[in-house]
Amino acid sequence: MYRVKASEKIGIGFTLNGRSVEGRAEPRMLLTDFLRHECGMTGTHVGCEHGVCGACTVRIDGEMARGCLTFAVQIDGCSVETVEGLSKTPGELTVLQDAFRRHHALQCGFCTPGILMSLDTLLRNEPDADEERIRDVLGGHLCRCTGYQPIVAATLEAAELLRSRNGHV
Amino acid sequence: MKPPRFDYVRPETVDEALEVLATEAGNARVLAGGQSLVPMLGMRLARPSLLIDINRIASLKDIRQDKNAILIPAAARQAALLAFPGLREACPLLARAMPWIGHAQTRSRGTVCGSIAHADPSAELVLCLVALGGSVNLRSRRRRRSVAAREFFVGLMTTSREEDELVESVTFPVARGGAGYAFAEFARRHGDFAIVSVAAVARPDAIEVTVGGVDDVPAHRSWARLRGDDLDDALNTLAWELDARDDIHADARLRRDLVRSIGRRTVEEAAACIA
Repeated sequence: MYRVKASEKIGIGFTLNGRSVEGRAEPRMLLTDFLRHECGMTGTHVGCEHGVCGACTVRIDGEMARGCLTFAVQIDGCSVETVEGLSKTPGELTVLQDAFRRHHALQCGFCTPGILMSLDTLLRNEPDADEERIRDVLGGHLCRCTGYQPIVAATLEAAELLRSRNGHV
Repeated sequence: MKPPRFDYVRPETVDEALEVLATEAGNARVLAGGQSLVPMLGMRLARPSLLIDINRIASLKDIRQDKNAILIPAAARQAALLAFPGLREACPLLARAMPWIGHAQTRSRGTVCGSIAHADPSAELVLCLVALGGSVNLRSRRRRRSVAAREFFVGLMTTSREEDELVESVTFPVARGGAGYAFAEFARRHGDFAIVSVAAVARPDAIEVTVGGVDDVPAHRSWARLRGDDLDDALNTLAWELDARDDIHADARLRRDLVRSIGRRTVEEAAACIA
């Protein structure tokens, strides 16, 4: 049976944005801290750190999840995707990210990585998502700048663009 | 908001988990989806010396249904139940209430049994299990037992589970014909903790009302089929019987108002959809 002592740092191997990564963590280390401090991937933000604000949302094995409510040790062998992995080409934005920029769907940008991970997942799983579905998924996030309206507008436009291109970029 | 230090163990079978629970009961907590436990650790409201992560026990994942019940094992996610084929027909109340549980981002990891074991009085799954007369299936190395939901929840976040017992699964009865089901909830934001939630089950000659979010455990009442003023009177009596308290989200008076107003709406909706 896999057992780790409280003060023991254990090796954790997982796939991060398609690449194999290894790191070490005590059992109590949150996935968010592991990504930021062990892997140096600071795109995933930490807001409330108890699952309410949604800033830390990442994908674990394809499902959106709160990074701050998962322990690093739990993702051993899993596939994790973060905001850094959305665009496959450095310097280029995805359709959704580009729509966010056009619509001013962010101001300070603190909540944006988590929101992008949720809405990107939604548009992958449900290309025909309507405004109600978008608002439902966005409901798992807090944004104190935008008032959400531009985020909804950007996502609707991105969804339409993606449908017309018949693919997810 | 960093959790205190704990040992971590990841059993691969139920027997292994029960072994650890038996030898380290009292200091151990079971980690399922972590959507309630991890915040409690961060706030230091819980300080277990050991977490038993049951997420990789393969036999605890698959939801099953027979003609009488839906059986949901300990590691089954809320999202899996919400997507379970035929849920709307098998258990209309769950299909209506589950979208109110947290958010898509928490239902993807949060488990059904974890919510039941956590026993938050405002939790939708706790309310549904009480409303439908479901049961909690507990297992330890000593024995297996099944506890009716109305006896399982004994107080605020307190259950009749003993320290060496694992909530191995919960059972929701499958809906029979001739009943209508409705659910309503009031919260400041969709996905927040319910300030008041109500589940109603209506039959041609009887109604059952269950209220969550007000008292330490959901309150369940069965009445003959009531209408109009009689229904309002019964709901008013129920509202005053509950130990409604003031907190930062709502005062006791608002909670009683909500029991009356949401209660009436939910009962009428359930009565209107008797199938």
